[in-house]
Amino acid sequence: MADLAVSPVAAGHDAHDDHGAHHGSTGLSNNKLAMWLFLGSDCLLFGGLISTYMLYRGRVAEGPHPEDVYNIPFTSVSSFVLLMSSLTMVLAVTSAHRGDVKRTRLWLIATALLGATFVGGQVFEFTEMYYKGLGYTTSLFSSSFYTLTGFHGVHVTVGVIMLLSLVAITLRGRIPGNRAEVVELVGLYWHFVDIVWIVIFTLVYLIPS
Amino acid sequence: MAIVEKPPTPLELAPAPVVVPRQAFGLYKRPVSTTGWKSWLFTVDHKKLGIMYGVAAFVFFIIGGIEALLIRLQLARPNGTILSAQTYNELFTTHATTMVFLFVMPMGAAFWNYFIPLQIGARDVAFPRINALGFWLFLFGGLFFYLSLFLGGLPDCGWFCYAPNSGAVFSPTNGVDFWAIALQITGIASLTGSINIIVTVLNMRAPGMTLMKLPIFTWMVLVVQFLLVFAIPVISVALFLLMFQRVFGATFFDAAAGADPLLWQHLFWIFGHPEVYILILPSFGIVSEILPVFSRKPLFGYPFVVFSGAAIGFMGWGVWAHHMFASGLGPVSVAVFSATTMFIAVPTGVKIINWIATMWGGKIRFTTAMLFSIGLIVEFTIGGLSGVTHAIAPSDWQQTDTYHIVAHFHYVLFGGAVFGIFAGFYYWWPKMFGRLLDEKLGKWNFWLMVLGVNLTFAPMHISGLAGQSRRNYIIDDVQGPWVTSMNLIATIGAFVLAVGVLIFIINVVKTSRGPRNAPLDPWDARTYEWMTTSPPKEHNFDSIPPVHSIDEFFHRKYAEDHDTGEIRKVATAEEIMAEQEANADKHIHLPSPSYWPIVLASGVPVIGLGLIFSVPLAIVGGVIVLLGAYGWALEPSVADDTDFDPPAGGPSKELSTVG
Repeated sequence: MADLAVSPVAAGHDAHDDHGAHHGSTGLSNNKLAMWLFLGSDCLLFGGLISTYMLYRGRVAEGPHPEDVYNIPFTSVSSFVLLMSSLTMVLAVTSAHRGDVKRTRLWLIATALLGATFVGGQVFEFTEMYYKGLGYTTSLFSSSFYTLTGFHGVHVTVGVIMLLSLVAITLRGRIPGNRAEVVELVGLYWHFVDIVWIVIFTLVYLIPS
Repeated sequence: MAIVEKPPTPLELAPAPVVVPRQAFGLYKRPVSTTGWKSWLFTVDHKKLGIMYGVAAFVFFIIGGIEALLIRLQLARPNGTILSAQTYNELFTTHATTMVFLFVMPMGAAFWNYFIPLQIGARDVAFPRINALGFWLFLFGGLFFYLSLFLGGLPDCGWFCYAPNSGAVFSPTNGVDFWAIALQITGIASLTGSINIIVTVLNMRAPGMTLMKLPIFTWMVLVVQFLLVFAIPVISVALFLLMFQRVFGATFFDAAAGADPLLWQHLFWIFGHPEVYILILPSFGIVSEILPVFSRKPLFGYPFVVFSGAAIGFMGWGVWAHHMFASGLGPVSVAVFSATTMFIAVPTGVKIINWIATMWGGKIRFTTAMLFSIGLIVEFTIGGLSGVTHAIAPSDWQQTDTYHIVAHFHYVLFGGAVFGIFAGFYYWWPKMFGRLLDEKLGKWNFWLMVLGVNLTFAPMHISGLAGQSRRNYIIDDVQGPWVTSMNLIATIGAFVLAVGVLIFIINVVKTSRGPRNAPLDPWDARTYEWMTTSPPKEHNFDSIPPVHSIDEFFHRKYAEDHDTGEIRKVATAEEIMAEQEANADKHIHLPSPSYWPIVLASGVPVIGLGLIFSVPLAIVGGVIVLLGAYGWALEPSVADDTDFDPPAGGPSKELSTVG
């Protein structure tokens, strides 16, 4: 992620390169292509974790069952918060493209706050579940549930750190203009994490085991 | 193909603050050494990293080889007493893990790091610092793996580490923990490397080099990188789950707790089968470069080789369960995976036909590189044929977990992947070091290795069918004379193989003492990487020549005479080189070296140790990683001119900012 903070000039391309300074043979910048590939790879990571959960969601030898611990209204609200953060992210990206530093910063902070709210909600939810008797090793269901949602939570947290780093960079006045792509890259990651949550929320919470 | 993004339209142009790139976040200086150990430790040069990958992988090859020899000594006679059962378990596990993850994969990385930018006319990879990070993660991951030897014992669960062998009951030492975490670390290395190489190949080609004009090695490696991008996260999930089971007490693979042990098998082999193509395709690429050069003919059916490689890449995802026929998947699954497994032999067969047709009617020169390439065709075909028989499930049930399987995959891995690697050594050595490896020693090397491979692994077919099962630490007279005699022959063969490898090492030592006198174009080669000096300059090419055809270098050297229709030499390599030097680019951007890849990578194994032994240590590792990441981000994008001593002339010091 640290790499995103630098300009997307293709390494190794000479100055009078006729592809244009920022875009390589495909027309995409190196950084954007790399981000897409990383997200493709991450799909398989979540694919593996989701499969594991789907296999084990009904396997409760002891301890609470899914329906005993899920607080669907609460999680729906926090899901809504996360989805709204995609909207603020889009606003941040367009502001960055326009070169509007102030609004870029505003929307980045808003996105980070919404993301942090979601993570906070997850911490609250996990704590509540723990007090209802659902430890990490209680059952196959609990292990696979905590692993899957925990991994997603870590992704959101990393996203929040990236957003705050971007805010720091805008304070140094390095974001607007041709560096707007950095915001867009974090945006790609952020939307991906949101989309994964839609899948997780549906499969984990909404479909009864 | 090209996804062209719409350029953002500025609506209102707020005055952007002035950015002075040199100051950037300039909290630290960048290293500038060009000689000595620092120039290697902090390098981001793809060529130096390629050489480091190669050296490290070769050392692991020797270690894995010694483990194999110990295994063979134990099995030479019935009731061997050299190794205990436990040591034997540890040795076959580490032998396989070392050869797959620490030798063949990084040796492929050595070749593609070094040659892909040269083959496509780039001056480095897309993300040079991430490239360095990948190397250090691989090296530290490998060392972390072997650290288990001193901290409780090597892993003893077999290279695919099935449950319940991976659990605490059957593997009470920390070996499996080290195994699982080491493979996660090398996995990050592979993942970052693969993204880097895909971006490089897709985005940084020389002018005119369309995808269908890519050198064939680059094409095969591109397929490998896509396999890595999608296969590595799957094994990562499996390893995470295993780690959480062992460290935090979850029960993902514990059948006693109601878990499904097949989950591990599926996750492992969804990675594991693409993995075998990850191991073999770089070697296919190497021999596809070598065979045309020494047959003095273009590669027969270039598009077929490309598309069959891509087809292998796709179909490789649909065959994993043939590793699990004996696990009771049910008739439908078994039938489907039988069919797909037979079918995947087709694109592989297409390649073999292409190679034979390339040689057909050619003026073949039997150099060592050519011999190893022909060796690959023969030995791989033998291994491939026994592989097709494993697709037939009833037959596979008989052969699963016997030495018949061991024979099969050593033919395709040693006779295939490793022969391709040795072919690459002999072919590209003059390019990398400016010295030709000795051909006479090379022939000894080749023939001893061919003899060794067949003597070691052919008898295993028979002993396997005679009932010798894998992973048994002794053989027994009761198993009959076929098993005992075949094992003795295999042990003799293993030592013949070892002598072959030893001769290669002698050849390397002898060559490196000799003068740097390789001609510019020793093989009358055909592809782009030969259009520069040997070894290449730090910036690879003085100017980037545009590409007009596959085998660009050949077409610059030779042209058809319009009257007689003969192919005539019109330019020498020296002339082509001189023309390039005359048109040298004035400003060449090169990435600066960096301290941070090695710093960041060094924190990762500390996290691993912390997970195994004590959490505070993991926090220390995490802090190192975080510091490394921010140091990386805050590093100035270029080294300051005043940092150089003496201030360098030549190409401008205006360096690239991506990495």
